[in-house]
Amino acid sequence: MKYLLLKHYRGAPASVNDVPMDRWTPEEVDAHVQYMSDFAKRLQATGEFVDSQALTPNGAWVRSDGEGRTPVTDGPFAETKDLIAGWMIIDVESWERAVELAGELSAAPGADGKPIHEWLEVRPFLTETSKFTE
Amino acid sequence: MNESLLRELVPAVIGVLVRRGADFASAEDAVQEALIRALETWPDDPPRDPKAWLVAAAWRKFIDATRAETSRRGREFAVDVEPPAGEVSATDDTLRLYFLCAHPTLPESSAVALTLRAVGGLTTRQIATAYLIPEATMAQRISRAKRKIAGLPLDQLGDLPTVLRVLYLAFNEGYSGDVDLAAEAIRLTRQLVALSDEPEVTGLLALMLLHHARRESRTGLGGQLVPLAEQDRSRWDTTLIAEGVTVLQAALARDWLGEYQAQAAIAALHADATSADETDWVQIVEWYDELLRITGSPVVRLNRAVAVGEADGPQAGLAALAGVSPDLPRFAAVRAHLCERAGDLERAAELYAEASRAATSVPERDHLTRQAARVRGLASD
Repeated sequence: MKYLLLKHYRGAPASVNDVPMDRWTPEEVDAHVQYMSDFAKRLQATGEFVDSQALTPNGAWVRSDGEGRTPVTDGPFAETKDLIAGWMIIDVESWERAVELAGELSAAPGADGKPIHEWLEVRPFLTETSKFTE
Repeated sequence: MNESLLRELVPAVIGVLVRRGADFASAEDAVQEALIRALETWPDDPPRDPKAWLVAAAWRKFIDATRAETSRRGREFAVDVEPPAGEVSATDDTLRLYFLCAHPTLPESSAVALTLRAVGGLTTRQIATAYLIPEATMAQRISRAKRKIAGLPLDQLGDLPTVLRVLYLAFNEGYSGDVDLAAEAIRLTRQLVALSDEPEVTGLLALMLLHHARRESRTGLGGQLVPLAEQDRSRWDTTLIAEGVTVLQAALARDWLGEYQAQAAIAALHADATSADETDWVQIVEWYDELLRITGSPVVRLNRAVAVGEADGPQAGLAALAGVSPDLPRFAAVRAHLCERAGDLERAAELYAEASRAATSVPERDHLTRQAARVRGLASD
């Protein structure tokens, strides 16, 4: 079963160790990056890793303005409450395992080298094929 | 020579290497490498004796890997380079591989992957594509599974229900990559029937054939899910149905009922009806009672309520639903269907919408959303 572990720049409830990353020391940043990369490598080794991507906080809302017209853009996201920072996709045996891994990811070190305990969203994927339901 | 014939050779070739003294994990790796080589070269340069070619290529890969390993560890090279071929008992070897790859200590997803590779002869890439995960992840999953079963003897049989469950999981995956996993699972189950005379193995084969016979009609234009009652029955594969029924009858005649035989019996009763109205729901309910007795499964209890609704009317179906846990993913969908048949359209529309939010697959969610819209339309007329 695939799950998305979703990380927010803003919009998630406040972390326990709630100091923004730009206030950390360079060493603390390095330690955090190292933790994330080790975590992904470990999941590759257990055969549970699918994908991991990070997003910049930049971008815009875009919508069609009708045929033959340039799409309308609105942004950057000043008014938006939710801002996604990135995600990891895992393929695991159970919901319990997904929660366990999200817990570990949330404990990545932050300010003072202490775990951030940030809130991550864990969302099950809809599968492509449907099981028999007769 | 086509790919599926090549795949059929894989378990026997692993068996040859193991009998020559290779451990299972190394033998399986070597055969996988030889298989990939075969897929690359055989189209232009087909061998005269495919099995001998595979054995020779795999043995060479194994020797190379063992040499590299021993020189790295600075130890003696222990395996004879030219061992005697030995008596061939490929049948027993293959049967044991089923049990080893679907060992109860393995996580289900690993057991399925390992079975597809070592017994099914699929490449890691094909399995990874079918399960929509990176090839590297699938390779790790498989080698981890092999490490876990490394100490287990290859000369004894294991747990048959796990083997059957693994095959059924592969079957249910259908096809999303370049390999039709449903067809592969049928091939592997057919092969297992030839190796083992357990009625449940035969029952599983019957179930797969009867489901597979209806596959084309289960999906409409644009990929939408078509419920059984609305399927175009002229598109059902009558040859597969006939085979499924024959296979099922042979299993039932052994008088040792199990869950797959009971499920196949239900599928056979559906296949037997020339129109949805002619379905023998009374008999289907009886089979659900049997199935419930065997499994005690809450999902069976839920599906039984649908059958009761058809046999004795929607109110009876709703009553049968009373003892079922509402936490099941398809509970709201079943309740919606029964409410609609009972004429409570408002409630049915709400329940279909609720069911679409609880759906676990895209086709199911889309189908239930469409149902909600349709019933809402009827309700407002």
